Amino acid sequence: MNVTKPVGAAFEGIGASVRRKEDLRFLRGRGRYTDDLSRPEQLQAWILRSPHAHARILSIDTAAAAAMPGVQAVLTAKEAEADGLGGVPCGWQVTGKGGQVMAEPMHPVLASGKVRHVGDPVAMVVAETKAQARDAAEAILVEYAPLPALPDMAAALAPRAVALHDEAPGNLCFDWEIGDKAATDAAFAGAHKVVRFETTNNRLVPNAMEPRAALGEYDPNADEYTLTTTSQNPHVIRLLMGGFVLKVPEAKLRVVAPDVGGGFGSKIYHYAEEALVTWAARRVGRPVKWTCERSESFLSDAHGRDHVTRAELALDAEGRFLGLRVETLANMGAYLSTFAPAIPTYLSATLLAGCYTTPAIHGQVKAVFTSTVPVDAYRGAGRPETTYLLERLVDVAARETGIDRIEIRRRNFIHPDQFPYQTPVALQYDSGDYETTLRLALEAADHAGFEQRRAEAKARGKLRGIGISTYLEACGIAPSKLVGQLGARAGLYEVANIRVHPTGSISVFTGTHSHGQGHETTFAQLVAEQLGVPLGSVEIVHGDTGKIPFGMGTYGSRSLAVGGAAMVKAMDKIIAKGRRIAAHLLEASVEDIEFGVDEAGGRFRVAGTDRTKSLAEISMAAYVPHDYPIEELEPGLEETAFYDPKNFTYPGGCHVCEVEIDPETGETQVVNFTACDDVGRVINPMIVEGQIQGGLAQGIGQALLEGTVYDSEGQLLTASLNDYAMPRATQVPSFGVSTAVTLCTHNPLGVKGCGEVGAIGSPPAVINAVVDALRELGVTHVEMPATPLKIWSIIQGKGGALSAATA
Amino acid sequence: MPNVTLTVNGKTHAVEVEGRTLLVEVLREKLRLTGTHVGCDTSQCGACVVHIGGDSVKSCTILAVQADGAEVTTIEGLAAADGTLHPMQEAFREHHALQCGFCTPGMVMSAIDLVKKHPDGLSEQEIREGLEGNICRCTGYHNIVKAIAAAADVMQGRATEVARAAE
Repeated sequence: MNVTKPVGAAFEGIGASVRRKEDLRFLRGRGRYTDDLSRPEQLQAWILRSPHAHARILSIDTAAAAAMPGVQAVLTAKEAEADGLGGVPCGWQVTGKGGQVMAEPMHPVLASGKVRHVGDPVAMVVAETKAQARDAAEAILVEYAPLPALPDMAAALAPRAVALHDEAPGNLCFDWEIGDKAATDAAFAGAHKVVRFETTNNRLVPNAMEPRAALGEYDPNADEYTLTTTSQNPHVIRLLMGGFVLKVPEAKLRVVAPDVGGGFGSKIYHYAEEALVTWAARRVGRPVKWTCERSESFLSDAHGRDHVTRAELALDAEGRFLGLRVETLANMGAYLSTFAPAIPTYLSATLLAGCYTTPAIHGQVKAVFTSTVPVDAYRGAGRPETTYLLERLVDVAARETGIDRIEIRRRNFIHPDQFPYQTPVALQYDSGDYETTLRLALEAADHAGFEQRRAEAKARGKLRGIGISTYLEACGIAPSKLVGQLGARAGLYEVANIRVHPTGSISVFTGTHSHGQGHETTFAQLVAEQLGVPLGSVEIVHGDTGKIPFGMGTYGSRSLAVGGAAMVKAMDKIIAKGRRIAAHLLEASVEDIEFGVDEAGGRFRVAGTDRTKSLAEISMAAYVPHDYPIEELEPGLEETAFYDPKNFTYPGGCHVCEVEIDPETGETQVVNFTACDDVGRVINPMIVEGQIQGGLAQGIGQALLEGTVYDSEGQLLTASLNDYAMPRATQVPSFGVSTAVTLCTHNPLGVKGCGEVGAIGSPPAVINAVVDALRELGVTHVEMPATPLKIWSIIQGKGGALSAATA
Repeated sequence: MPNVTLTVNGKTHAVEVEGRTLLVEVLREKLRLTGTHVGCDTSQCGACVVHIGGDSVKSCTILAVQADGAEVTTIEGLAAADGTLHPMQEAFREHHALQCGFCTPGMVMSAIDLVKKHPDGLSEQEIREGLEGNICRCTGYHNIVKAIAAAADVMQGRATEVARAAE
């Protein structure tokens, strides 16, 4: 299908910044988030969680709690095991060196025998009110025998460290590698210079503003369950929970994800609480709702990042990259969350080429169990970690070789005429133009005028620095056959069902899920333009397994590239059927019928004539088939398409950050931030820019503010919004955001994805700017988050260890 | 259990509460006004902001009994009776100042109070400082700041309608 761009006064198609359809309900307070729902006879649940990082459970006495006012049930592992509940499954099996399959310990829905992190669920109380459930939970007596905590990977990998799981001796989940070790060793042997860099990619807590919630219902007459949950992918939850935990067939289980208040990855995974409320609803015979409190979400939502990495880059005398060696320790936390094993491997190490022509790369990843909250994807998921590593490493290499930071990037870029470009770490990039996004970003940031701004800042007593990152990422997840070979236990296609109703209005059922991305608007623009109907007559339906045939949900910037492509495919089928109906009505041959969109809308036309039928005329004929080719064509106008992508998509771009540091306080202010991103074709520029701005704020948060701290006993010290520094309005600047387009070559829309680029490209730009601001002090690196204390300590000369000299 | 009387969005309600019941719990659970959200438990996020007597208040940080007799306005009470949006609501829509929508009710309520307390207009820095008590994880604040500036122009008579955001 051709993507055309009709010109009109009220243009609402591809390329228009249409105001969002979903906003009116949110702005009036009429959104319907999971915790807003209330069912007749509904009960409330409270989860009792482990106060210990690692302990044996000696006994649980629930008698007093069960006798408290309003209590309807107190459930523990004993009841879960008696009812045959399975463990929370992992969706990806990584195979390591020598064919060694990852260790995959049981993840019970309620702790059985042991607790393995502070916050591990131990019991659930179901009562008439939340206050009653909470009061009763305090009356549960749990006797623990504490075991040594494993609060970080160093502790977990220490010789003779206690094993968190019997199934994972030495706390190792897997030891995996990618790339050609021999070729990489040879590249290093012939190198003019080798540059080394070590870093910890700081652990983050996603903190979507809506805390997780789940509402379970059971209808004994139909033997049917309904789970309403804060999920980015209701069909995936139905599959994982129904198939593995509750063992309920899909046909008896409906999962609804209504309005969801942000996800950023943290609401992809199947969580124990979803299964617990659904199970409890059947046991108690009444609806059961659980809503997480924020401090509880710090202890129970999957965290992100937490990689410790050592890298070496081999260069020739001209600063060309010859080889790259990377060793990473990746924290899995206490149990394997849904996608956890894929993050440091197939979503991270496969990006080690970045946008550079490094010919030989060898990456190794050891995944480690620790007594902490499980770690999984958070906005960018593996790609921010690799991007940060590469873009810091390139800056370190520039400094050590004396080559300008921008020039060394240019010398190593993959050029537009090199696509498709096969990297040495499995991926084949289809398109990109890194030189153009670099040039446009530098112009927009007035890079040329920076030294003057630095001098002005110095006169005001401020240390000003500038940093860039030129990044590439892989998203549009993902080709099913490929990910299956890599260990995914699901296909990653997407599904669209398009129903043209008799009078021509259209319902689009998509397997993706919108939790802030504006799908109800963007997808409607896509369908309205391509079928030539008004925007207002297209309704996007998502988030309900009872309505939508199937779907894999929203993450990995996949919704438009995969979900939108499925819509195009379904529309192609609608048009193909429409042509046959039109041929009958217009008494022409099917080959002579063309579909096109003009000022009057979508029309089927006998080629070269003015004889036409509108889409509405065709749909009416399809549902009222009095004059219809009934012998050869079924009535109705509704089509379903599954679209499986041929490759990942590869957005890229350049981020330029300018900071000012107050040497008196160590505080860093981002004073300018300019991004030029290539996200492929843009449907709604307003929404795309909003996605990028939000991602940039999260990246600045990672670089300057957000750090997750466990103490030596495995207690989470940053366990509330008082203690964990979320970016506030004063801590981020107004952003200069623009896009430059190279089209994706393998999906029908040419789109790449925009959800994660902001969070992927920005952290190294910020730290490169911080290091640049401190260059006169001899500082070569500052670890994230670059807090005022850290920088003040460096400035005071008290922070030698923190400055982590690299060579 | 104590009884409290609240006038919410112009309607008077008498409700029975526990001593520990928060105002936000009465709004959400007893009055079913679920537009006011709870995003944290430490008075940090501002998703629960409502107006009491015209001033913005975090409704998770006040007991229902403390609000006895109060005039409360929630996000549901902002638009005119004919459905016309408040200029702040209109500006948030026009400037794409919301994504997931969860922080939005509190953000809008805080922003209206912020504008009222700066009758001569606000600088970008004043807007950003005024949002100290409201966290948004989606937008990066860029468009929220633009929306508040545009709404202030309308609320304070410098413009007759919310300026259309630059394309």
